[in-house]
Amino acid sequence: MRFTLNGKVVNVRAHPMKRLLDVLREDCHLTGTKEGCGEGECGACTVLVNGAAVTSCLVPVGQVRGARVTTIEGLKRHRALQEAFVSEGGAQCGICTPGMIMTASTLGPSPSLDEIRSALAGNLCRCTGYGGIYRAVQRAGKKKHGGRL
Amino acid sequence: MRTPLSPLRLFEPRSLRDALRLLADEGPLVPLAGCTDVYVSLNAGAPPGTRFLNLWALDELRRIEVRGSTLMIGALATYTQLARSKPVQARLPMLAAAAREIGGIQIQNRGTIGGNIGTGSPAGDSLPVLAAAAAVVVLQNARGRRQVPFNRFYTGYRASVRRPDELIVAVEVPAVDGRQWFRKVGTRAAQAISKVVMAGVRADRPRVALGSVAPTVIRATRTEAVLAETGDVAEARRALMTEIAPIDDLRSTAAYRRRVAGNLLERFWADTGIADRRSPIAD
Repeated sequence: MRFTLNGKVVNVRAHPMKRLLDVLREDCHLTGTKEGCGEGECGACTVLVNGAAVTSCLVPVGQVRGARVTTIEGLKRHRALQEAFVSEGGAQCGICTPGMIMTASTLGPSPSLDEIRSALAGNLCRCTGYGGIYRAVQRAGKKKHGGRL
Repeated sequence: MRTPLSPLRLFEPRSLRDALRLLADEGPLVPLAGCTDVYVSLNAGAPPGTRFLNLWALDELRRIEVRGSTLMIGALATYTQLARSKPVQARLPMLAAAAREIGGIQIQNRGTIGGNIGTGSPAGDSLPVLAAAAAVVVLQNARGRRQVPFNRFYTGYRASVRRPDELIVAVEVPAVDGRQWFRKVGTRAAQAISKVVMAGVRADRPRVALGSVAPTVIRATRTEAVLAETGDVAEARRALMTEIAPIDDLRSTAAYRRRVAGNLLERFWADTGIADRRSPIAD
């Protein structure tokens, strides 16, 4: 199974119905992507496939053949977002954080609070009450690259 | 994942033709589109089968286009595509509205209209829209195509007229005259599955379709007749109560669903009655 993972072509030997989540963690040893609910509700396992946010617990690896997959480990261009999560208290226990950041990274420049809330509606957090998360995304959006997250 | 992988087999066709041949020769196979339902079952240890057909690579089923007065939507069109599509926004705004309220963006990026039809949950949010729009489901097997009016597609709870060797390849929506309306009621706006979902069209002959109030999505034809003949929404509400058969389940109760269905009917009628209201799509 050949696909591009964080900019590098990888070839993984796995059952085509293995979850992308498990391939990333077990075969590619990238454990930044977390499993939460295992049914597409919580967003903890969010990664990007061809730039679109998806829950990797619902994606068979056979469906990313030839695609570009980006995980939290590959999100090097979004340091502002990651730093803002630290400075604004956007992370507490941390299990939702990689998924939150992956989804937030797909927002356009200088997103409004409404846009942030809608975009992150599929990412659940049980610690922060979301305030710190929304502030972090807003702060990152204003800061660098003309507001690019 | 609670389902062991080794007994599972995935067939991976490169074209629709290949897929239909595999269905004919190797079937029955469980079609896989965006996997937002099937993988929930697999993760829970309740696989819907052991042999699967991966349709995701068949880009020929992703197109949304207008032919004459008909909106043609490929079965693999995702909710994100539907919400963003100019022809859908222009011709079927109630479908764009439904697409924006299904799941979160991760689900919208993967879930497909063909999958919603094929799964056939009574709570499927796009289904009342297709019922109210008098859509037509296009089924295809290795020998040819047939078209089934959406309102004759389901035969019971998650059961349809689709034969095991057929795929849902598209849905065709004729021009819809009148003001369109859509409203989903659930625990929260994102992710939650509907307690009641309704689509309506306000025209000389109004159309009303609901989900989560019966074993399948329904067109409330007696309610529609009352609205067309009298315009009396209180009487239509009484008619609606005779047409729906909601149940108590983990998401809601029958009594609450009845009340909400009646309230939605009244809201639909009030929202679409004012000529200068800017958006007929309820939020």
